Amino acid sequence: MDYLLRTEGLSKVYPNGTLANKQVDFAVAKGEILGLVGENGAGKSTLMKLLYGEESPSSGTIYLDGKPIGFSSSQDAIAAGIGMVHQHFMLVPSLSLAENLVLGQEPKKGKSSFFDLEKAVAITEELGEKYNLKVFARARVVDVSVSMRQKLEILKALYRGAKILILDEPTAVLTPQETDELFVELQALRSHGHTIIFISHKLNEIFKLCDRVSVMRDGRMIGTHQVADVDRQTISNEMVGREVLLSVRKDKAKAGEKVLVAKDLSYIDDFGIAALDHVSLALRKGEILGVVGVDGNGQSELVRILTGSARSLSGSVVVKGRDLTNQKPGALRRAGVAHIAEDRMTVGTALPASIEDNLMADRYFHPEYKGRAGFLKQAAMARAATEIVTTFDIRCKSAKQPVSSLSGGNMQKVVIGREFTADADILVIAQPTRGVDVGAIEFIHKRIIEMRDQGKAVLLVSSDLQEVMSMSDSLVVMNSGKIVAYFEDASATTDKELGLYMLGLKKQNPEEIGKVLHE
Amino acid sequence: MSDAKTRGPGPLASVKLFFTDRDKLEPAVITLLAAIFAILMGVGLIFVVSKDPVTSTKNFLLGPFLRTYNFYYLLVAMVPITFTGLALCIIYQLKYMSLIVDSSFYTGAIVATAIGVRLALPAGWHPAVAMLAAGLAGGLIGTLPAILKIKWRANELVSSLMFNYVFYFFGSFVILYFLRDRNQTILASMPFQKTFALPKLVENTQLHAGFIIAAVFVALVSIFLFRTKWGYQIRITGANPKFAAYAGIPVASVAIFAHFVSGFIGGIGGAVEMSGLYRAFIWQMNPSYAWDGVIVAMLARKNPKFVPVSAFFLAYMRVGADFMSRRGDVAFEFITLLQGIIILILASDKIANYFKARRLRRNAFAAEAALAAAPAGGVRSDGGGKGTAGAAGTGGKA
Repeated sequence: MDYLLRTEGLSKVYPNGTLANKQVDFAVAKGEILGLVGENGAGKSTLMKLLYGEESPSSGTIYLDGKPIGFSSSQDAIAAGIGMVHQHFMLVPSLSLAENLVLGQEPKKGKSSFFDLEKAVAITEELGEKYNLKVFARARVVDVSVSMRQKLEILKALYRGAKILILDEPTAVLTPQETDELFVELQALRSHGHTIIFISHKLNEIFKLCDRVSVMRDGRMIGTHQVADVDRQTISNEMVGREVLLSVRKDKAKAGEKVLVAKDLSYIDDFGIAALDHVSLALRKGEILGVVGVDGNGQSELVRILTGSARSLSGSVVVKGRDLTNQKPGALRRAGVAHIAEDRMTVGTALPASIEDNLMADRYFHPEYKGRAGFLKQAAMARAATEIVTTFDIRCKSAKQPVSSLSGGNMQKVVIGREFTADADILVIAQPTRGVDVGAIEFIHKRIIEMRDQGKAVLLVSSDLQEVMSMSDSLVVMNSGKIVAYFEDASATTDKELGLYMLGLKKQNPEEIGKVLHE
Repeated sequence: MSDAKTRGPGPLASVKLFFTDRDKLEPAVITLLAAIFAILMGVGLIFVVSKDPVTSTKNFLLGPFLRTYNFYYLLVAMVPITFTGLALCIIYQLKYMSLIVDSSFYTGAIVATAIGVRLALPAGWHPAVAMLAAGLAGGLIGTLPAILKIKWRANELVSSLMFNYVFYFFGSFVILYFLRDRNQTILASMPFQKTFALPKLVENTQLHAGFIIAAVFVALVSIFLFRTKWGYQIRITGANPKFAAYAGIPVASVAIFAHFVSGFIGGIGGAVEMSGLYRAFIWQMNPSYAWDGVIVAMLARKNPKFVPVSAFFLAYMRVGADFMSRRGDVAFEFITLLQGIIILILASDKIANYFKARRLRRNAFAAEAALAAAPAGGVRSDGGGKGTAGAAGTGGKA
């Protein structure tokens, strides 16, 4: 078989010493959709960066149409017909879709050097028509949905002449319905003769969409299969290198008294949009309340207000009968609210500080660590930190080592180790397993269930729909800053039904939603 | 990974030691190389500009040790830059950039002058009261850029440099209008009371008790930063302010408090300088010890423990250059050039991370080679992805 794009013995060593790709042989044929799967940190993104010219390989060769190529930047890759849609969109929010599409290659008015907006709009509409990727050419990016932004990113690549499209986890930000729509569009592109590399770690998507699938683990290419000839268990074993338990085991929740009641919370973001629009909910002991929604529908703001990191414009937060509305994070922590922040790199940890310092940051002032006259009991701190490192299986050489030297999964265990030993009654957990390897995910899920069984009240926010559905006892769905549905029993709904609520196509009546307050 | 655990603490402990040592050793080596390189550049420069380069070089390198007087002078010169260096260590641990300690030091000297001239107090008490008052004044001044930054997000480097002008001219005004000795032709305050002077440590030299006070402050600041809850708060806030706030640390008050302590130390430094070295306030311009403090703190890698070493080094270069310029044809100002070189080397992340990057790269390639040498087939039964990281560690040791 003649391959359109092929690599031979490709290796990449990052300056920090990470060996991200090891002797990778990879190939994609013209007109196919190739799935690329692997855990986080398996080297998928690095491989794509090498193909797209964003990074240069340490050794090995890339062949395009049988000829060896060396890209010095992504400009070269675009010129050679390779386009990439990043997980985080590269768009200017305040410009229109048409302007974003032509950015860098703008149509001019006649022979002048003035920008021709009308022509740009025409180009956008024509291109959208041709590939069945319809977008509102005149709307501003900030005003359109995530799925339309993604379509625009694909159009952008096509406008620049891409024959090979690389999509990096495109469904991570989409609802189930939008995902189905995207698949239809990608299949249409394939019939136009385009080649698509589809990166994902969701196996059902690979089986639905792809012709072939390549599996990466630990920086190496493990194997490539025809999708028709292989089953899920094989692929998932290859991804992880061992048998995995894909489901979460838990007993029925024994919900107790209410410990946190939030009423009528609102937040206006920097664009003047109501990111949180009069949201109310209550958390009960021994119960996990899951929050479902496409990223950016108010979940982050809700978490930040409940934990004191942002101020609500209205309403109240009452913790165990005490009004703590708009108090500082320290006050909420002292009242028994622990918080796993969604971004462990910028908020959840202090990267240059030691593991020990990170683990003690919320408790250094407790009597067991603080002696007289402001002196810290360093031996006690070191002992406590080492204990957490052992119980939470944080893989490190010493607790004095900086957190920045840990892998993503172990960094997350530092955050979880601290928050789960904080002796809090309420756990606000955001994206607990984002960017964490499968082994650590299992571990983290087990710990969350344990905390629930110890009688803690848990609020779980995650953009991984599967995760929230399997972990939660009850669910709320958020759309455009509002709670649009509440399910007392999380197992009584399906992902399709949740998708309709996530998209805002369906909405429960206020009485049904109000049950979340358990009044 | 599990088999590594069963091996017991023996090899793990040695790995632990190995790791922490390497990480601390490399910056020290780079700092040392920067210092040696600066000196070599200095010698090179002397050979370019001097008519008698050998004598000049000898004076520059050995001058501070040729005469006991010079050596004591070196020790005296360490005192003010130790204080400003310590003050800046605190600011840099917080990851702020304010240089307000210049105002704290200068105003501390002015406050001490006022007390030294106007108040009648018993010996011993007199300089102590002056130091305390100077420290408080310096501390309050020190908080200003932090408050402006927290309230209005005013850049603390800019605002502190502006404040330095304000407080310099305010200090001059105070001397000129309230404390001036009108019998002197130059601008000088009236002479200090006899009780104000700090005792000399060695007769007939300039070495005064301020040297010991500085040494005590080195210990105090080390303890403050690394043994107390306030130091912990400062270090965590500096490492990541967002994290600190999230963990419940009151970041705004921590920043203001740290600036107060830093300014307090600066103010005491100014008072010590007055009561230790002078009989009246005779500065015709701001000596700007804060800028020397920047070099001292950077050379010490913002760790107070190393401040005496870097202060000694800077004072050594100063005294050497001074001695050489008075006995030869090389101007004293050439020291500024050497300081510039040191700052350039230390401020460049790429140079600072050179060893680390090289070691990591070597480890990675060792891991790759080990992988290539391993039997083909790819899939290994242990499946521990992180196992290779351990292999990389041992690869580096070999």
